[in-house]
Amino acid sequence: MKQFLQLTKIQYLEFFREPGVIFWALLFPIVMAWGLGLAFSGKAKQERTVAWVKTSADGQLMKNFVHDTAGNNKESVKILGNKKTGFVTYHFVPSTWEDATLMVKRGRTTLILEDIHDSIKYFFDPKNPEAQLAYFQISTALKNGSGSDDQGQIQPLDQKGLRYIDFLVPGLLAMNIMFGSLWGVSYSLIEKRSKKLLRRMIATPMSKTAFLFSYFVTRISLSFVEVIFLLFFSWLYFDMTVQGSIPALIAMVLAGNIVFFGLAVLLSSRTANTQIANGIINAVSMPMMICSGIFFSYHNFPDWLTIIIRQLPLTIIADTMRSIFTEGAGFAETKMAILQLTATGLLFFVIGKRIYKWY
Amino acid sequence: MSGIPAISVNNVIKSFKDVKAVKGVSFTIKKGEYCALLGPNGAGKTTLMEMIEGIQNPDQGEIIINGQTWKKNELEIHKILGISLQETNFFDKLKVGETLELFSSFYDLESERSNEILDLVNLQEKKNALVKNLSGGQRQRLSLGIALINRPEILLLDEPTTGLDPTARREVWEILFRLKKEHNITMILTTHYMEEADYLCERIIIMDKGTVLADGTLDQLVAKNNGAEIIEFSIEGEASNGFKLNDEKIKMVRDDKNEKWKITVDDIASTLPSFLEEMKQKGIKIKSLECRKMTLDDIFISMTGRRLDE
Ligand SMILES: Nc1ncnc2c1ncn2[C@@H]1O[C@H](COP(=O)(O)OP(=O)(O)OP(=O)(O)O)[C@@H](O)[C@H]1O
Ligand SMILES: [Mg+2]
Repeated sequence: MKQFLQLTKIQYLEFFREPGVIFWALLFPIVMAWGLGLAFSGKAKQERTVAWVKTSADGQLMKNFVHDTAGNNKESVKILGNKKTGFVTYHFVPSTWEDATLMVKRGRTTLILEDIHDSIKYFFDPKNPEAQLAYFQISTALKNGSGSDDQGQIQPLDQKGLRYIDFLVPGLLAMNIMFGSLWGVSYSLIEKRSKKLLRRMIATPMSKTAFLFSYFVTRISLSFVEVIFLLFFSWLYFDMTVQGSIPALIAMVLAGNIVFFGLAVLLSSRTANTQIANGIINAVSMPMMICSGIFFSYHNFPDWLTIIIRQLPLTIIADTMRSIFTEGAGFAETKMAILQLTATGLLFFVIGKRIYKWY
Repeated sequence: MSGIPAISVNNVIKSFKDVKAVKGVSFTIKKGEYCALLGPNGAGKTTLMEMIEGIQNPDQGEIIINGQTWKKNELEIHKILGISLQETNFFDKLKVGETLELFSSFYDLESERSNEILDLVNLQEKKNALVKNLSGGQRQRLSLGIALINRPEILLLDEPTTGLDPTARREVWEILFRLKKEHNITMILTTHYMEEADYLCERIIIMDKGTVLADGTLDQLVAKNNGAEIIEFSIEGEASNGFKLNDEKIKMVRDDKNEKWKITVDDIASTLPSFLEEMKQKGIKIKSLECRKMTLDDIFISMTGRRLDE
């Protein structure tokens, strides 16, 4: 017990004596939430570009709408929205079909608007919420003729739970758990092996289990601090709340830490080279970062890939956390995920410990 | 109990992918014995030490510590061993005192012990310094302190004084000397320094290329080399390659590095006149001449044709 307390203490000392670590573990997720949250929510002034294809020269609807009476083929600007939805500045860029598709391909716009006599045709990906919002705003404004802020019939799409920040924060939590374990445990263990410190430590009566467990306890506790930090900030700044069960959320944080701790032990089981450690950690975490829908939904991936993606631990954590945050899920809905993660983590740990190279 | 050897190594073999690091080494160390393991780089000293320390497993052979094998007795053996590895970095971000406290917790020791160790290895004023800010010599002393923290019965030190300045080296020697006198500790220490082996250890094992070349007290090693004294000389005109002495039993080697010839003799006083006479007869002009006692270095060169520090 004494050695376990000592081991745990040194984990904390190692953690907090690294000045950068406070930033990366605690502040960086908040900066991400703030930056991305602002960029994709009504908090900031938003600018959107819409490709405007004029098929018929005599289309009056759009001309009147943007007050382009001269018809001089220049970009027109119109601010739409109300206090509830936030204001969006739309830039209508007159373009040919070719230009318009190119703009979509290059990500400059998500909406193409075709002007045919006295009606408008909209082209956009129905799965893309940004395009949907643009469509609703513009079409409603056009229907009302004036484009004023009187748009009672449409439900704004930024209800709590539908905002990007609601999608983002659970993902960031999942990511934090992953990186906390992979860098905080895996890298640290490999570094100790490469410095021959590991072999010096096991040449004492130190218990290997106590040693690994001290890492786990440190990780779990720091993880909760990080979670609370980010949640507090999201609540304060974005008015975000947990709609589901808090105990279920705690269990998820635990299960997430178990699965990534097991993975971290497994990944660190053989190599003594810190460069390889870098490579291994990146090779494992990067695909998950990209695929698991931390920042953007993975639904745009092909179906066969989606099936695999759904089994990745990071995906399970992020999706389950989201269901707790926004869909009000409790233990009933999340217990399978919690079990699966815990079992996988234990399996990784057992394999890792069995093949572990202590010297 | 005192009849049981502290360490016994029986026919131990260890290979890595493409090198045979240790090729069948055997020896026994008695309790209270201080033994130096000498050998050039790559001789297999560290590999052998780590096998004795239980860090690496031998491919073949057996290692018995205090009558116990490593298998099943790990915990007991760990408790009586004090180890300093050839290179260890401790926790960079821990302070010296914290590092000692951590290691003392592994042995379930009272916290006073850390302070005693700080005194013993003379690191009191560095107690609150971060390990990463220690000098090389201070690190070596910390490593020694950690080796001593559990009051070990058997000390296994891999090059404990490499990189130390002469004063610091003396200090380490004094610490180890005192331990021997006061606590009857057993020790194996690897080193490249003859004086160190000479000063600290009554027993010397010389290793090269994974095998034991010689094993015994300094006197025994010297005796084996037929002669205890050395005549070292250089001659004019190095062309005389085929040059030989009349008495073929006298061992003569040439050190190519400093272009000197070396003769090992029992007694310089009786050999030198006839040697000089012979040279005169052969018409060989002696440029320089030195007579001295045999050192470990000489023994090593005569056994391998190479120098220890090569
Ligand atoms: N882990 C390893 N993998 C492969 N080869 C190794 C390993 N450890 C040691 N060797 C090789 O075994 C041989 C003996 O190495 P060892 O470290 O035991 O020598 P040493 O006598 O301690 O040398 P030095 O005086 O330089 O410390 C060397 O040829 C070395 O390259
Ligand atoms: Mg060595």
